[in-house]
Amino acid sequence: MTQAQLPDPEQLAARILRGERSAVASGLNLLDNKLAGARQRSAHLLAALAGERALNDGHLIGVTGPPGAGKSSLVSAMIRQWRLAGRTVGVLAVDPSSRPELGGGALLGDRIRIKNAAHDEGLFIRSLANRNQLGGVATEVWPMSWLLLACFDVVVVETVGVGQTEIDIAEIGDTVLYVAQPASGDTIQYLKSGIIEIPDIFAVNKSDLGAPAHKTASEIGRSAPRSDRRDGWDYPVCLVSATMNTGIQQLHGHFDRHRVFLADARLLGKLRTRHQSGWVLRVLKEEFGTFGIELLGGYAEIGRRLEEANQFEECERLRQHIISRFKSSD
Amino acid sequence: MDGMQTKRDRPWLMRTYSGHSSARASNTLYRSNLAKGQTGLSVAFDLPTQTGYDADNPLARGEVGKVGVPISHIDDMDQLFDQIPLDKMNTAMTINATAPWLLSLYIGLAQRRGIDPKELSGTTQNDIIKEYLSRGTYIYPPGPSMRLIADTINYTIKHVPKWNPTNICSYHLQEAGATPVQELAYALCTAMAVLDRVQASGEIKPGEFSQVVERISFFVNAGIRFVEECCKLRAFGEMWDELTLRRYQVSDPKLRRFRYGVQVNSLGLTEPQPENNVQRIVLEMLAVVLSKGARARAIQLPAWNEAMGLPRPWDQQWALRIQQVMAFETDLLEYADILDGSPVIAAKVKQLVDGARREIENVEAQGGIIAAIESGYVKRELVASHMQRLRAIESGELKIIGVNCFQETAESPLTLGSDGGIMKTDPAAEREQIERLQAHRQKRNDADVRAALQGLGDAARSGENIMPSSIRCALAGVSTGEWGDSLRAVFGEFRPPTGIDIAIDSRAVLGKKDQVTELRARVAGTGAALGRPLKLLVGKPGLDGHSNGAEQVAVKARDVGFEVVYDGIRLTPQQIAQAAEEEGVHMVGLSILSGSHMELIEAVLEELRSRDLAKVPVIAGGIIPQEDATKLAALGVSAVYTPKDFNLNAIMADMVDVIREANGLGRLGPLP
Repeated sequence: MTQAQLPDPEQLAARILRGERSAVASGLNLLDNKLAGARQRSAHLLAALAGERALNDGHLIGVTGPPGAGKSSLVSAMIRQWRLAGRTVGVLAVDPSSRPELGGGALLGDRIRIKNAAHDEGLFIRSLANRNQLGGVATEVWPMSWLLLACFDVVVVETVGVGQTEIDIAEIGDTVLYVAQPASGDTIQYLKSGIIEIPDIFAVNKSDLGAPAHKTASEIGRSAPRSDRRDGWDYPVCLVSATMNTGIQQLHGHFDRHRVFLADARLLGKLRTRHQSGWVLRVLKEEFGTFGIELLGGYAEIGRRLEEANQFEECERLRQHIISRFKSSD
Repeated sequence: MDGMQTKRDRPWLMRTYSGHSSARASNTLYRSNLAKGQTGLSVAFDLPTQTGYDADNPLARGEVGKVGVPISHIDDMDQLFDQIPLDKMNTAMTINATAPWLLSLYIGLAQRRGIDPKELSGTTQNDIIKEYLSRGTYIYPPGPSMRLIADTINYTIKHVPKWNPTNICSYHLQEAGATPVQELAYALCTAMAVLDRVQASGEIKPGEFSQVVERISFFVNAGIRFVEECCKLRAFGEMWDELTLRRYQVSDPKLRRFRYGVQVNSLGLTEPQPENNVQRIVLEMLAVVLSKGARARAIQLPAWNEAMGLPRPWDQQWALRIQQVMAFETDLLEYADILDGSPVIAAKVKQLVDGARREIENVEAQGGIIAAIESGYVKRELVASHMQRLRAIESGELKIIGVNCFQETAESPLTLGSDGGIMKTDPAAEREQIERLQAHRQKRNDADVRAALQGLGDAARSGENIMPSSIRCALAGVSTGEWGDSLRAVFGEFRPPTGIDIAIDSRAVLGKKDQVTELRARVAGTGAALGRPLKLLVGKPGLDGHSNGAEQVAVKARDVGFEVVYDGIRLTPQQIAQAAEEEGVHMVGLSILSGSHMELIEAVLEELRSRDLAKVPVIAGGIIPQEDATKLAALGVSAVYTPKDFNLNAIMADMVDVIREANGLGRLGPLP
């Protein structure tokens, strides 16, 4: 794509805020684009989208869990329920890429599992490959989720829970849901690994299996004490069945309750600001390496600067600063 | 001399798989085929009929009368069998998800004509398992689907005793790439799943279960490696005999006979030098007639031009004449089994049996064939086998005359006619079928229809056998779409795993190492030039479920570095365009094998334009005649790939160039 074809960020932001699907699609393409001109426009787009709404509205939900737990089917059932309630939904479905030496390609098969039957204007699904970025979630997922949050009531980021992705997802979502599979060693491993501190809500899927599901649920309930427990949140464990469509309403009840909890405790804005700052650091490191970070005075200094301004505008200023330093040192 | 028989054996049933446009046109074709010496009928239904939609459903657009005859209600069935005596005819119906319904229409028609259903003979294919794996005309989830199969078996055993209620198919597994061992194993696992389900229904008294086993027949494939294929059929016979004795205690050996019909291989038929297909078909047929003890009961042969498009009546006649020459001119039917006693054959049979036993144990250990399908295991195995085959063709290890060797050819006079050597379906057929259906809805008794559908829904919910209420629906004038929808409302719909989530086997990929490395560099470089990795949407619009081609392209594209979105089969043009928009893809690839490519591709292009995506290049693959390919190019399709484009690496290189061109970058040209 040549420069001339890149969209104007301010106009695009206005169209996205109006909920125009084609604008949402081109906005996501722009945020994914690594050409220099696109990076600059991406920063402008994010800055234009970052208003009051970005810190207060919508609900960004991260969904993770081991392969085979039925995450996509559960997300599909969750979407059905939200759509019935008249809420619009944006989805980012993240799948693994093959290793770079094997071409780095990816098969993105989640649409087929998430898709509700017919054409639906209130649902938008974008599949993404994780592109081997540190084994975790691709850096593009953060800004893409914020773009969707600007125009959909609920945004779901779905990842396969292996290793780093589980930690990353906690740095994205307002609320993190862990989907557990009954009678599977994965959950127990997970509990032991200490990552237990991440999810806000647990759902044991395939509750139609009966006893094994109840057993897994009680194991999670009895799990290790959390060091970072938030006072006032109960970390619920619920039984759901995506195929039988049971327990979904209760699960949504927990989502809504957690959203209210975050807002009442004045945590929502702080959480999102923290996630944004974290992403800015990540993106600067990815583009310019540790050396670039040093040029800006190190993590602590960047963190201070981000607290004082619109983070996306500041991010662009920091980028330009590094670029000019690189150029002047030629 | 020992083995000479005093009396010639009776030949097998000779059929031709046919049906198109309308019940009227198909009836004319059937009667002319019977006049030429065909001894049974093999009905091809169109995709809306196979997937339970009425002709005027939006999903049926472009598909009505294309790959077979549209049957929307009992009057269509009546017209299809006009002047054909149902009690004397042996009719095979290639019908699966809607098998109970088409059988009900057939039984209903017999009743209306005053014929006792006990006199009806024929076959409903009625094997849903291979639909999940290969053919793609499934509707309902595995549980209810298996119940519908059991219902038809339980019903026909009592009321239509000469009917073969199910034809366990290994045919389509081979078309999806299965090896002989996989064919044996998965077909026998399927048969066990069906018989176990019938046994569990408790409708059959233990003493009568042998009769159920006897009614199970098979539908197999025969490929060009005809010695091995012949051994495969002998292996089938041995294994079925043993399995029915051990697992189902059938004591009468006659009831343990492996009874099967055949359509020989279409996968190996070629578009280049299509006349070579005739000798392929003859040799493939040898595999299923040579060994008397493992000889087919019914045979239908494809036509020489199947890889190009739909065969004409003359092409079908040629296929029938091959059978007649084999049966009536050669001395084949004068001997006992000419392969008995050959140590070479015995050793090959043993090798296949041993391999199949191991794979059966493997599937059983996973909880049986249904569990192995739901987990995606079987599909992954098949996709992997198919990939091996394609790679062997690409590397030249597997030789296909006229395709990857001996390509030099004089122009074939067979394809020079004004019709290009293929059949054209009547473009007015769809509109006429819709008009007929709408007129039918006007003249039937609405109260009867409502009551019949109520009964059908009740039976579906209660678990009562689905056949009696379906026959009442048939007689009341219920339509195919109404029957399908009533059960959809109770059972829901199902999408099986696509099987393409298989790991990259680096050794296999490296068949042509340099080409793959070069392709990966081109894909990555083009992605970098455009700012993000190349993203491809592979879509299958319409009702066609033959997904093998789409799956191979998707897997290969992933192997060379594309990010590939594959949504599976049966999508509307609107859904495909919506996915292209939401996913932000660089290219849309469409695969269509049902012959409805013109209508469907045009509709996709229209939907893309309406979303301001006209600049996203569209490519198409399938059985697309040259004339249509030219028209598609004029409509804006960037490239059309047909069966003659067997080299996936070359296709990938071309796809990268199409994307480059669409984005103002120069083409990189063919691979070195």
